[in-house]
Parts: sequence; structure tokens; C-alpha cells
Amino acid sequence: MTESTLEKSGPHGLDEHSHGGTAVPQSSRGHRFTSYDVEAFEVPGGREEDWRFTPVKRLHGLHDGSAAATGSLHVEVGGDSAVRVETVGRDDQRLGTAGAPADRVAAQAWCSFTEATVVTVPKDTQTAEPITVTVHGPGKGETAYGHLQLRAEPLSESVVVLDYRGSGVIGENVELIAEDSARLSVITIHDFSDDATQVSSEHVHLGKDAVFRHFAVTLGGDLVRVNTKVTFGDRGGDADMLGVYFSDSGQHLEHRLLMDHAQPNCRSNVTYKGALQGDSARSVWIGDVLIQAAAEGTDTFELNRNLVLTEGARADSVPNLEIETGEIVGAGHASAIGRFDDEQLFYLQARGIPYDQARRLVVRGFFGEILQKIPATDVRERLEAAIDEELAAVGA
Amino acid sequence: MATLEIKDLHAEVDTEEESKEILTGVNLTVRSGETHAFMGPNGSGKSTLAYAIAGHPKYRVTAGSVLLDGEEVLEMSVDERARAGLFLAMQYPVEVPGVSMSNFLRSAATATRGEAPQIRHWVKEVKQAMNNLDIDESFSERSVNEGFSGGEKKRHEILQLDLLKPTFAVLDETDSGLDVDALRVVSDGINRYTESGDKGVLLITHYTRILKHVRPDYVHVFVGGQVVESGGPELADELEESGYVRFTEKKEAAVQS
Repeated sequence: MTESTLEKSGPHGLDEHSHGGTAVPQSSRGHRFTSYDVEAFEVPGGREEDWRFTPVKRLHGLHDGSAAATGSLHVEVGGDSAVRVETVGRDDQRLGTAGAPADRVAAQAWCSFTEATVVTVPKDTQTAEPITVTVHGPGKGETAYGHLQLRAEPLSESVVVLDYRGSGVIGENVELIAEDSARLSVITIHDFSDDATQVSSEHVHLGKDAVFRHFAVTLGGDLVRVNTKVTFGDRGGDADMLGVYFSDSGQHLEHRLLMDHAQPNCRSNVTYKGALQGDSARSVWIGDVLIQAAAEGTDTFELNRNLVLTEGARADSVPNLEIETGEIVGAGHASAIGRFDDEQLFYLQARGIPYDQARRLVVRGFFGEILQKIPATDVRERLEAAIDEELAAVGA
Repeated sequence: MATLEIKDLHAEVDTEEESKEILTGVNLTVRSGETHAFMGPNGSGKSTLAYAIAGHPKYRVTAGSVLLDGEEVLEMSVDERARAGLFLAMQYPVEVPGVSMSNFLRSAATATRGEAPQIRHWVKEVKQAMNNLDIDESFSERSVNEGFSGGEKKRHEILQLDLLKPTFAVLDETDSGLDVDALRVVSDGINRYTESGDKGVLLITHYTRILKHVRPDYVHVFVGGQVVESGGPELADELEESGYVRFTEKKEAAVQS
């Protein structure tokens, strides 16, 4: 297990860690307890391994049962007409098939939602344009629990933009299912207003030879915590999990990933990049990979990079790899937290490029590797503009 | 006719324990059309002079001035200096991941020229400049200096010199780490830059090797953070023969007396 923490960095401070071997934790984090029953989980106090980075006081009671639903999420679905959109009740048998809650907030959300949205891309369908799923929060001071399922049936090909906006306190489960030989790309944008709280559990399940591409973009919200677990139902699954986040002063943005390899010949790749600026800007990235004994021929890599733009910001980055078979193609991880590089700025400025523009170039360059892969031009441009805006906000 | 005047320049750098004075009073005037070779042993402060002129934040100027046509350069920000016509070819060019060379060059040209170059002319101009320096066109899509060899980085510094055409260029050991062929390519690039006759060059080097390709009008010997002797090209010949010993001894004697 590796942990890198940076509270106050010196000039050109860089904390780099990279190796491709096994890392054996004290207790397994991969084999995780799950339950649909909220009472099966202790109320987290903040010291538990799962919660030690999260300021539980800012969860508005999502974690201890005190947050009663006072509002609801408003979900709008647009895009290709071939896609089926349903609003269903709790009793719909399809719900919960991608995975069970693994922490108390997820179980609370599971027990508390009243209706769920199910979006299905039918078998053998190629959608012409991205499907947009816009989720509006319940509003300032209100609490809502939600459940969403995106299901890509066999041989379908689609891109989905899952766009979170508005405000409120939100607990939810999201199921992202790519059935056999489906190709599903999901771009999740957490762009709440500054006072919102979101605790989300994403359950990703891949069928045989399914190809799943995920882009997680987290920009807005007072506290956003996203748990993403990927499971493979059969051989040949292929998951790319890419993420970018930008944490401002006062924001807590947390991403926890678990790649659970239980089937042979599957591949996963995790790359998350974050920038932090301003006093008390916080980010947490936990990247767990479990390669179970049956998962021979697994190929996996996880990487997290953080760019600390100003003093006082803090990034935590914890990659963790558990391997139960030696018969694998590859498994590795890398994690780094670096200070904004004065030398890079100097170099660009020494060629006449003004400070603000130089800073923009460097940060865009940092995120560019991931943004370039986003398969929807308008979304990519929106995110580039959003990052420019974040940078301009500091006006340093 | 432009003039770069360095007057009694003192600069220090912060080490972990203390501030250390590196430049101890540099005086030098470079006029357009002149090439000045600036030679000295390792640790004499040559690179510090280059960085101090360019405005690197690590080096603090404590006294003196640097005037570009009478304007105080030291009061300008790093990018203002570049836009005013100063250029520093760095000894160790910095890698900027994710920023393509073409984007970088165009941003720099737009900044120094005051307007974006017309795309059609610009593409042609860059292509020509790259050909002149034996740089493969594929480099324009690579990240700035990332994964470049030492020689490739130096060629790209001269590529920028060629495209930005500054009034004065400080070349900080551009010759170091180059093989014979690369040295010729880079030297040809410098000569192309000065051929118009209105450019001034401060060529910082440890060795006389490059001076066979780039003929200096003046040679200065730099020891202990200041110029200890100035002369014509014949001074370089003497350094080639006898090294820096005479000058370092002279400096020590001066310090002791």
C-alpha cells in the first residue's frame, strides 16, 4: 500500500511512486462487504478505512440515517430516439443487478429511493449521437435519494453524457451495465453549484467482450464522493476509467475506484488527473485493484497525478493492488503529487507568452491527455472552457 | 541600432543555508550587429548572468541595471522582456508535457509579434525553419521538449531563435553536449539569425569549439562573477592554448590584495 500526502510543498516538490509489483495490504480491501440493508453497516465515525479521508460532518446526515428525503432528483433524458427510457418503481427486478451497496450511504440510498430511471440501449443498436442524461439536484437545503441504471444491451454501441447540475444533498446508486460485446462510453460530469453534497456509488458491470469507457469529470460541489466499482461477468471485458477533477478552495472531491477482476483475460486501465488550488482545496483518490485467483491473463494499470497549484491545497492518493494469481499479463500502479512547475512557466514566459496564458497552457497540457479522448466534441470544449474558468477564478 | 547595456550587475541566489552572491558587478555593452563570446570556467556565474537578464525568479538582482535601448529591463516581467526583444536559449530547456511544439511556437510568435501570424505563411515558415535545422516535421506534434535528446532540445532552442527573431539573443552553452554535425547545424542557425546585421548575440560558452563556426567580434573572460578581461577573437585563441589558469590566478590575486 502506498500513500502520498502533500500539505505544503517546497519548490519543485515532486513525490513520485511507481512500480509494477505486488503490494500486499494488511487486510484485504478488494473483498469488500456489501449489503442492501442499511443497518448492516455501522454508522461511520470518520476513522474507518473507508471514511478516513471524508469529512463526515459535511455529509448532512447521509451517513447516519438522519437525512430524510425532502425532495427528489429531476432526470431528463435526450438524444437518440432508439433508446428506451423508463421510470420504474422499487420493485423492478432489473434494479441492483450490477452490484450491491458497499457502504452505508449507498445502502441508505438503496433503501430510500422511490423511483428509478432506467435507460436502455437496445440490442445491436448504434446510437448516432450521445444520449444525454441530465440530473438536477433537489435544490438548496433539500435532500434526495436516487437510482439510475444505464443498460447497454449486447452488440450495441453508444455514448452517454451523465450531467449533474443544481444543488442539494444527494445520495444515489448508479448502475452502468455493458452486456456481452456492447461498447458503452459514459461521460459523467459532476458540475454542481458550490453548496451541493453528492455521495454516489457507481456499479459498473461488464459482460463477455464488453468494452466500457468511463470519463469522470468532477468540478463543482462542496463535497463530492464517488465510489466506482467495476466487475466482470465473463472473459474479455475491457474497461478504461479516466478522470479529471479540479478542486477549489473549500471543496472536497473524492474518487474511490475498485477494479474487481474475477474473470480471466480482462483488461482495466485507470488514469485520474486532478488539479487543486486555493486554501483547503482537497482531493482524495483511492485506486484499488483486486485480481482474484481465477482472473488469469489480467492486464491492469492504475495511475493518479495531482497538480497542486497553490499552497495550502492537499491531495491524497492511495493506489492499492491485491493479486491472488501470478498468471497475469501485467499489473502496476503509479501515483504522484507535484507542485505547479515554476520552470515550465518561466520557459513559456521567456518566449513572450504572458503569465495567465502560460499557466493555462500548462494546466490544459496536464489534462489534455484525458480530455482529448472524450468522444463528444461539445462536451470536450465545455470542459476545456470550465477548466479555463477555474483557473481564471483565482486570477493569481 | 539597438543597445543592450549591463551595468554593475550584482545578483544572488538562495541556497538552503544562505544567500550567495554570484554576480559581483558585471559591465558589458552589446550593440546590434555584434557577437560577443562570453567565456569562463565552470561555476564562474555565466548561466546566472543569462538567467538574471531573462528574469528567472530564482536569481535576485541586488544592484545594477540592464538597459535595452535605455529601458530598464529589470523592471519588466519575464514575458515583457521577451516581447521587448530579448531571448535566452537555455542550457537545459524545460519539458512541458501536453503542450505541443506547434501550439507553443505559435503562441510565442503571436506574443512577440503582437498579432497571430497568418496560418498559411506560418506553416510554411515553420517548415522551412525546421528543415534548416534538420528537425523532422513530426516534432511539431510532440510535447515541448518532452523526450527530446540533448541535441534535439538545442536545435529547438535555435528554431525558436529563428522564428522569433529577437533583437538580442543570449545563448547559454548552446554548444554543450552537441556532436560535430549537430554543432555545425546549430552554428549555421546562429549565423542565419545574425546575417541580417541588426542582431546582437551574447554567446556563453565554456569551450572555444563553437567559435570556429560562429566568429565573435569580442571575447570576454568571466571569472568570479565579473568580466576580468575583454579583447578580440585572439583572446579565444589564447584560452584555447592555455586555458583559464592565468585569469583565475589573476582574480585570486585581486581578491587577496
